[in-house]
Amino acid sequence: MNNKHVAVIGGGIAGMEAASVLARQGLKVTLIEKQANTGGKLNDWDHLFPDFSSPDELVNSLANKTKDSGVNTVCNTEISRIERNGKRFELRANQDVRFFADAVLVASGFNVFDATIKEEYGYGLFGNVITSVDFEKRMKKHGQLHTIQGTAPKRVAIIHCVGSRDAKVGNTYCSKVCCITGIKQAIEISEMLPDCEVFCFYMDLRLYGSKFDSLYLQAQKRHKIQFIRGRLSEAAERADKSIQIKAEDTLQGRPLRMTVDMVILLVGMEPGVSTSQLIQKNQMTVDENGFLKSANMHCARNQSTQEGIFMTGTAICPMAVNETLENARSAATEIIHFFENRRP
Amino acid sequence: MEKLIILPFSIGFIYLLGILGFRVVKWVGGLSRLDKLRLIHSFKTRRFFDSIKEVFMEGLLHRKIFRKNPVLGYMHMSLAFGWFLLIVVGHIEVMVSRQSLIAPIYLPVFFRYFETDHSFMLSGIFSFLMDLLLLFVLSGVALALLKRFKKKLFGMKKTTRLKTGDRIALLSLWMIFPLRLLSEGMSAGLYGNGSFLTSTLGHIFGNLNSETANLSLWTAYSCSLGFFFAALPNSRYMHIPTEILLIFVRNAGVKLKKRNNTYTNIQVFSCSRCGLCLDNCQLSAAGINNTQSVYILKNIRNHNLSDEQLFNCLLCGKCEVDCPVGINTIDLRITQRIESTRQYNSSYKYLEDGPVPKADTVYFAGCMTHLTPGIIASMKKLFHLAGENVWFMDEEKAPCCGRPLMLAGQYEAASKLIANNTRKIIGSGAKKLVVSCPICYKVFKEDYELANVEVVFHAEYILNLLQQEIIALKKGSDRIIYHDPCELGRGMGMYEPPREVLRTTGKVIPIKNEKHMAHCCGGSLGNLKISQVERSLLRNQAVEDYLRYRPDVLATACPMCKKTFSRHPNLKVLDISEAVANALQISSDQESTKEKMKLEIHEFELI
Repeated sequence: MNNKHVAVIGGGIAGMEAASVLARQGLKVTLIEKQANTGGKLNDWDHLFPDFSSPDELVNSLANKTKDSGVNTVCNTEISRIERNGKRFELRANQDVRFFADAVLVASGFNVFDATIKEEYGYGLFGNVITSVDFEKRMKKHGQLHTIQGTAPKRVAIIHCVGSRDAKVGNTYCSKVCCITGIKQAIEISEMLPDCEVFCFYMDLRLYGSKFDSLYLQAQKRHKIQFIRGRLSEAAERADKSIQIKAEDTLQGRPLRMTVDMVILLVGMEPGVSTSQLIQKNQMTVDENGFLKSANMHCARNQSTQEGIFMTGTAICPMAVNETLENARSAATEIIHFFENRRP
Repeated sequence: MEKLIILPFSIGFIYLLGILGFRVVKWVGGLSRLDKLRLIHSFKTRRFFDSIKEVFMEGLLHRKIFRKNPVLGYMHMSLAFGWFLLIVVGHIEVMVSRQSLIAPIYLPVFFRYFETDHSFMLSGIFSFLMDLLLLFVLSGVALALLKRFKKKLFGMKKTTRLKTGDRIALLSLWMIFPLRLLSEGMSAGLYGNGSFLTSTLGHIFGNLNSETANLSLWTAYSCSLGFFFAALPNSRYMHIPTEILLIFVRNAGVKLKKRNNTYTNIQVFSCSRCGLCLDNCQLSAAGINNTQSVYILKNIRNHNLSDEQLFNCLLCGKCEVDCPVGINTIDLRITQRIESTRQYNSSYKYLEDGPVPKADTVYFAGCMTHLTPGIIASMKKLFHLAGENVWFMDEEKAPCCGRPLMLAGQYEAASKLIANNTRKIIGSGAKKLVVSCPICYKVFKEDYELANVEVVFHAEYILNLLQQEIIALKKGSDRIIYHDPCELGRGMGMYEPPREVLRTTGKVIPIKNEKHMAHCCGGSLGNLKISQVERSLLRNQAVEDYLRYRPDVLATACPMCKKTFSRHPNLKVLDISEAVANALQISSDQESTKEKMKLEIHEFELI
């Protein structure tokens, strides 16, 4: 098994974790990342839920692990094609770069939902409407939150389920991580700006993970975050750049209007574009949501419908950071079993 | 004894006359008093002659079907106009032979049987004419037979299925003229009273010719006529006499006013179930094949209309475009919805009755424009540049225009909203009401009574600003496809103003499916049954068609269409107001609002 070669597509946390586990088992591993650095979307992130830990530490430790285990990391390279050649695979990048592998692990991640599609929320039109991703980027860069006028916001509305569980935009699935992200960001705002009122507009609160519910209680009790069950119908910018929002408070059964200084849209996860390009050329199938389809939902979660091609992380479905890492380790195990069971 | 052959014909004919007379009296009697006065008045005006002309052009020549497909048109014309001429020329022939203006009705029908002596004035010419006309009609019958097997030759992809009554009528109709040919051929062989067609046939029959065979053939001919007449009132061929009545009633200005009356029946019975509306209906792209207008009309007639069918319609109006009878299917369907819907107890007590600000112009964005704030921003910018004293009526809150409720059959609820809005608009003292949504535009134009307030669609408003040189645009090189919104195009007949506006911003490219044949975007508020997945199938069908022209921009004039298309990747979609706002030529403000905002956010991040 030691001379087997695995190509891992995508140098986010899923790819890094899986690559390092495989390399420690003695396999030859090439980690291919299209951007200049590994770490993926976590590079933009400020804090992780539910423990407010730093993603930089995680990314750094993963980078060290891949390096120490002997993973060959290739950045600035985007794979456009996977071709089967007998039992081996040939991977082609945009330039004249080729890789050869005995197994392929697709860890191409997700795309963030483009909030301009929900034009009624005014993202891209109104300066004080931002996404949860913008929030993390700003916090990481400036360590503070400002309205476009340069003042500290006094009222912030956080909108759940933007681009998730919304048949009108074509995404009926739940992105899973937004509820807890919203609660985390609400607490961060409240801690940073104690006078700021924060409202969360939700459909359901899906707090599935360990410690998520205690964070929710903490948000209500200690930080006085107000949770309103109702989906936002529309937002409008007023002359002073504040945002008027309209929603329905479905617990009170009443239409609701309020003016806030800032709106944060909790954008969901969508299947990655690079994933779809890979699919077209390799007949890898996708599920009803457009994510990569597993050979078996339960016992072969990391196996694609093509033998020898595996997948991990948010290329399969929306996942939180800790789940992604677990999933990456399970993918590595499946690949090792694949080589062990295959007769030469 | 010989006279007995006219019995089947006569019985059928008298039965048909009785039924038709009864129905005309019932239908005209069922119209409102005002509509009856309209009808009577129309007989004294030019409209009467217009109707006569229309009956001739559409009922006999079938001009509209000709335009759709010449072969289909010829088939209908040869049957209708040919038969009509056979009757007219036949009567003249009888009058000439008898030298009397009065002749029994049956005589021209069985003339060759009774009139064996063949030596009256111009008899040769008459028999030649009658043979020629018979050949003309027979060519139509042949095409009708062919159409049953090869409908594609007639430009049709789909057609309707027949009911028992229709089958009996159709079979008898097909039998009439071949039997007439055989009977007249036999008579020509026996008595020598035929011309090129019938005499030749008589010769071919040769020894087969006999009095008994002749009598049997003529009896069969009489029976087929009798059967057809008897089956007609309960078959789709009822459309033939009803269409004549429809033309007169419609030209008198009678319309459906949200309530059923006998005008509904007149329209329903005028439907020939030709199925031309099926090919235009986009719902079939989503696999919905039982809710099209022809089925709705049939179900109204048979009293078995289900809500599932009634509400599964985009109300896009494409079926009206090709209807050879000109049935107003949209009004008819909305009326059925109003009639079949339980009116909810919608009190709308929370609607405000407070004071209204004064303004020269009122802007009503409507619910759909509120979902597309880019349009509102552009309109505000244009109002500002025009120095308009404008009151943005529904900026904070205001009821909906009422049209979506109307489309859902909630007429009473819609009326309450209409009353509330009307009070505010008139109260503002404005002279102009500007709307940026075709759905609102249609209801404001058709169902509001706004006294002196002029309802202006934003395309017209912007065009006026351009013509008055209040705003100037920088023309770009973008290839623009303009998507006609259903409610604006087919709904209100407005095709040019949006295009003229767009021509000042870029190059508007003409496409095949535009104007009255434009696609529906699939977002329609009129359909209460369709799923999101089915909607996206319709949207994708339209987008694929547009992408073939490689446009840089898909422009439209409806927030609903804009929103629907925006969800499709790889397509830049703009409302005309946004296209104009983007192309505004002002020295200090050349970027669009959207791009400027993005820049500001970007700058902020760079700090």
